[in-house]
Amino acid sequence: MSPLPLTLTAIAGVGETDYSANSGRSELRLAAEASLAAIRDAGLTPADIDGMVTFTMDFNDELDLQRSLGIPGLNWTSRTPFGGNGANATIQLAAAAVSSGAAQAVLIYRAFNERSGRRFGAPESHAGFGMAGKKVDFHYTLAFDTAAKSYAMEFQAYARRYGVTSEDLGRYVVSARDWASTNPRAAYFEKPLTLEEHQASRWIVEPIIRRWDCCLETDGGAAIVVTSLDRARDLKQPVVRIHAATQRHGINSRIIYDAYRTEEEKAAEARVMNEELLRQSGIRPHEVDMAMIYDAFTPSVYLGLEDRGLCGRGEAKAFIAEGHTGRGGSMPVNTNGGLMGEAYIHGINNIIEGVRQIRGQSANQLTGGVERVLVSGGSALILGTP
Amino acid sequence: MRDEDVFWEGAAQGRLLVQKCADCGLFRHPPAPMCSRCQSVNVEVVECSGKAKVLSWLLSKHPTRPDDSPRMVVRLQLAEGTYLVANLQGVGLEDMEVGMPVEIFFEEINGFPLPQCRLAREVAA
Repeated sequence: MSPLPLTLTAIAGVGETDYSANSGRSELRLAAEASLAAIRDAGLTPADIDGMVTFTMDFNDELDLQRSLGIPGLNWTSRTPFGGNGANATIQLAAAAVSSGAAQAVLIYRAFNERSGRRFGAPESHAGFGMAGKKVDFHYTLAFDTAAKSYAMEFQAYARRYGVTSEDLGRYVVSARDWASTNPRAAYFEKPLTLEEHQASRWIVEPIIRRWDCCLETDGGAAIVVTSLDRARDLKQPVVRIHAATQRHGINSRIIYDAYRTEEEKAAEARVMNEELLRQSGIRPHEVDMAMIYDAFTPSVYLGLEDRGLCGRGEAKAFIAEGHTGRGGSMPVNTNGGLMGEAYIHGINNIIEGVRQIRGQSANQLTGGVERVLVSGGSALILGTP
Repeated sequence: MRDEDVFWEGAAQGRLLVQKCADCGLFRHPPAPMCSRCQSVNVEVVECSGKAKVLSWLLSKHPTRPDDSPRMVVRLQLAEGTYLVANLQGVGLEDMEVGMPVEIFFEEINGFPLPQCRLAREVAA
């Protein structure tokens, strides 16, 4: 069978700003700095970029960024909805543009001052979820008003069913912070966490989410350049092919407030996504060397591991406790420390870590060579060597 | 106008109003302009019994700022089959159970008539 055109694309460049709690720069400058780093990483110049992709939630206008970078002309722009669940969809949008011929080199960017500026995790952040508390609605006015609460609500019934405790969640956080402790880019570089410290941290949403179950809020920017597989072979970096890039949204699904469908419908959604990853790439998600799982809050790692079939339903607790996701484990997860340990650039920095592992450039480089990486959230990728 | 206006007009009168397709009979919530099963735009508004069961919950209490009225937020399934997010009054975290039967009422909170619930006096069938 001939490969899907979408999979004849590659990630040619990645770039980031420093990550901090107070950048002291505008969001547009963060976007421009990260973008330039990604373009140069690929061995390209701004004149080579002819498409742009970002999130609907990003406040940086494409044309403002174009002007800042000195890009002579754009032929393609698009944005993904769904917040961080759309992070991997940016790659799909860019790959679709390249493989269809609509654009030749697409710049993906995400940049914000979500710590020093608008606190992203707060109900009053207006972070694209609606006008918190300003008019009556089915969630905010009932105090169901933050992303942390939405994950807690989703996870409560699961935790009851499978006997998962806060301590079980803490074991994942300890492994994430261990990865972060040896990543100089990470907010928690040289700051590992003990299970006791996790258990002593305050509740954010009782009885599921403690302080250390939450991702960071970060000031920073991250960017990626996508082009064709053929062109990537002639560029500066080892080729990272996009073997699969997909989204899946079952009927009655909602982003953040996913309270209106059955567990069976959610399971079917996860299964179909796995089938699509297999159809595009020829491999199943659990056949990868490592995984980057969307980790805004610890519950999303648990559910992500099981949705992608890296372990069975209800088995994430044992999978994590046995050390599979940590250093030296059989399925290393979030080797940069993830969104909890490195930075929260809405998932884009987790894609970048996957790229670095394939190139052999990660601060926590896995030994023996990384050929296939799963990047998973509400959208998903399989990246790898050509 | 918004599709959800009908729910809040009912709420102001203490009535739990949910949309039902006038052609195929499918209940839907939150309100939507078209039936996802038969694509009809003909809709009835049905007053529900208020009987429901608890599927999941969280205690909403701000972690660092004093919060004098922590609220229990619950995900419910109505006896009519659709789902609803509401607040549960009079039950502490330690007494929460999956499947707990509740009855829905409306109460004004922060200026809005909001769906609240309490433990059902009798177990729903």
